Amino acid sequence: MKSFTVLTGLAAPMDRANVDTDLIIPKQFLKSIKRSGFGPNLFDELRYMDEGQPGQDCSTRPLNPDFPLNQARYQGASILLARENFGCGSSREHAPWALEDYGFRCVIAPSYADIFYNNCFKNGVLPIVLDAALVDSLFSQMYDQEGYQLTVDLAKQTVITPAGEEYRFEVDAFRKHCLLNGLDDIGLTLESADAIRRYEEGWREQSPWLFDVIK
Amino acid sequence: MSGKTLYDKLWHSHLVEQRDDGSALIYIDRQLIHEVTSPQAFEGLRIAGRQPWRRDANLAVPDHNVPTEARERSGGVAAIVDPVSRLQVQTLDDNCQDFDIVEIEINDVRQGIVHVVGPEQGATLPGMTVVCGDSHTSTHGALGALAHGIGTSEVEHALATQCLVQMKMKNLLVRIDGELARGVSAKDVALAVIGKIGTAGGTGYAIEFGGEVIRNMSMEGRMTMCNMSIEAGARMGMVAVDDTTLEYVRGRPFAPSGELWDQAVAAWSDLHSDADAVFDRIVELRGEDIKPQVSWGTSPEMVLPVDGILPDPEAMENESQRTAARRALEYMGLRAGMAITDIKPDRVFIGSCTNSRIEDLRAAAEVVRGKHVAPSIKQALVVPGSGKVKQQAEAEGLDKVFLEAGMEWREPGCSMCLAMNADKLGAGEHCASTSNRNFEGRQGFGGRTHLVSPAMAAAAAVAGHFVDVRDW
Repeated sequence: MKSFTVLTGLAAPMDRANVDTDLIIPKQFLKSIKRSGFGPNLFDELRYMDEGQPGQDCSTRPLNPDFPLNQARYQGASILLARENFGCGSSREHAPWALEDYGFRCVIAPSYADIFYNNCFKNGVLPIVLDAALVDSLFSQMYDQEGYQLTVDLAKQTVITPAGEEYRFEVDAFRKHCLLNGLDDIGLTLESADAIRRYEEGWREQSPWLFDVIK
Repeated sequence: MSGKTLYDKLWHSHLVEQRDDGSALIYIDRQLIHEVTSPQAFEGLRIAGRQPWRRDANLAVPDHNVPTEARERSGGVAAIVDPVSRLQVQTLDDNCQDFDIVEIEINDVRQGIVHVVGPEQGATLPGMTVVCGDSHTSTHGALGALAHGIGTSEVEHALATQCLVQMKMKNLLVRIDGELARGVSAKDVALAVIGKIGTAGGTGYAIEFGGEVIRNMSMEGRMTMCNMSIEAGARMGMVAVDDTTLEYVRGRPFAPSGELWDQAVAAWSDLHSDADAVFDRIVELRGEDIKPQVSWGTSPEMVLPVDGILPDPEAMENESQRTAARRALEYMGLRAGMAITDIKPDRVFIGSCTNSRIEDLRAAAEVVRGKHVAPSIKQALVVPGSGKVKQQAEAEGLDKVFLEAGMEWREPGCSMCLAMNADKLGAGEHCASTSNRNFEGRQGFGGRTHLVSPAMAAAAAVAGHFVDVRDW
């Protein structure tokens, strides 16, 4: 996994509440057996005027000119400003894969759905929670100012606006540690292999019907 | 000291390691695997040179991509017309072979939607931790299990370590006392709960469903309730173990029997919240107050009783709600002030991990028996949740009831719930659907979904518009 330390980048809007993972990456693209290549289909149904198909060359598809990510001022954005309950619905990790593949390394929103939030951290994408009123003001500033860039410092847990205002955000210590260092958490968990084995032996003794049944 | 909730008990019995930073290592008893969210996990194992920690903890079944049309289905994986779908199902077969994981293959009679198959086979049991790369894994909580959806990285993590790194959730009790009216089902209760607390109302919580209505509910109904927890934002929903649970589990192929059964039942007797357990939040509904529900918008919280009138966005409290409602009405091609009963579905879908069990099919068949689908309905699909459900339904003659009513009787799979196979809505078409999500494009590009119970879907199929099934 890519580590995340400090990011300074252009912000782009996804200005609606309850953006679900079907909207982030529609189901037809979930047929891929790969982990990469989802970027061109991020927000597919909003971004293009036609129905997208897996494996299609997206460069010739008709774009929706009203969709912010199709506008010149948001090209190259790496921070997505979003609204309440971002990433609700399906557990598909293809959603953070698509965001990351497109170039977003950070999302800022008032709240997220639990599974999506968790999935982001596994993919080097930092989902930041800020107060709804504050997110609202970031939206206004971004709309008012072309080329609006934010700086996100994970170690210090701050978001810094172009005017130099600093806002603190919360993040779990474990997730922060993994993201800062780009750690594969399977490797970390396997450091506890002895504890897992000890637990497993006791659990097998207590609940033998849970073992060796499906084989 | 106060007592423990059911969730607390399940958490503590699976706690391998509590860490100082608040995270915990939780042991996973069962992982269910399907073709869509697993290929990258297996690839990850391969790249890292890892093997599954415990092969017997996993059970795989293809469901999302499988064709439901009998002829295409009969040829197995090789006959799947869509090459991308075919490759994904084939990849599951290959991965299960390579990693020695038990798979119920496409044309095994036990095949079906993973969340129907698990409980039906006794592969998911009370007291277990159950995960699957699918958000509707919450379904299995109906058995008194701690069950939730995970992403693909966690599929790989659980395969490799038999554990997940978790943070403990808060406890939310949804208590529904009283009695349901005839014609009101678990689906209506679930939608009414979501209508009340919102699609993010359960975020950060584990939900326990309790109260008289839940205690009197069948296992199928409880599964429908727990299945829809995620649409209320909660990764997991659960119900305490009682005689209904035990009766359901007894005799299932992978369930314990003989002495082990007695031992298991003794252990499961503690799987309920203590009388003095403290919940972080309690939401209460009365069964009598719940009417049949119909969703009108593009989020499951945009739902109304069948006698409802579509809301006026301009009359809503804040700008965020107004924008969302305007956009939803526009997408759905509906207008404020319209009656729910004026909405005319073009297609009807009875199926999905929410409502494709035998009881659901019985309820739908009861409504259409001796009647015929309205001429305005282009298609009415009935897709059983598994091969075993299909067998049972056919033994009861339900297939004939549906076929005589002009409906289609299909092979098991996820089908039009998310339209990854050939079953989908056309742009602009309305669907009375027993599935779980009415998101934009969910059932097909430009498709318009109305979430309802099986009986309500069946009644809409016959009437050609939504009707109150209580009057039937």
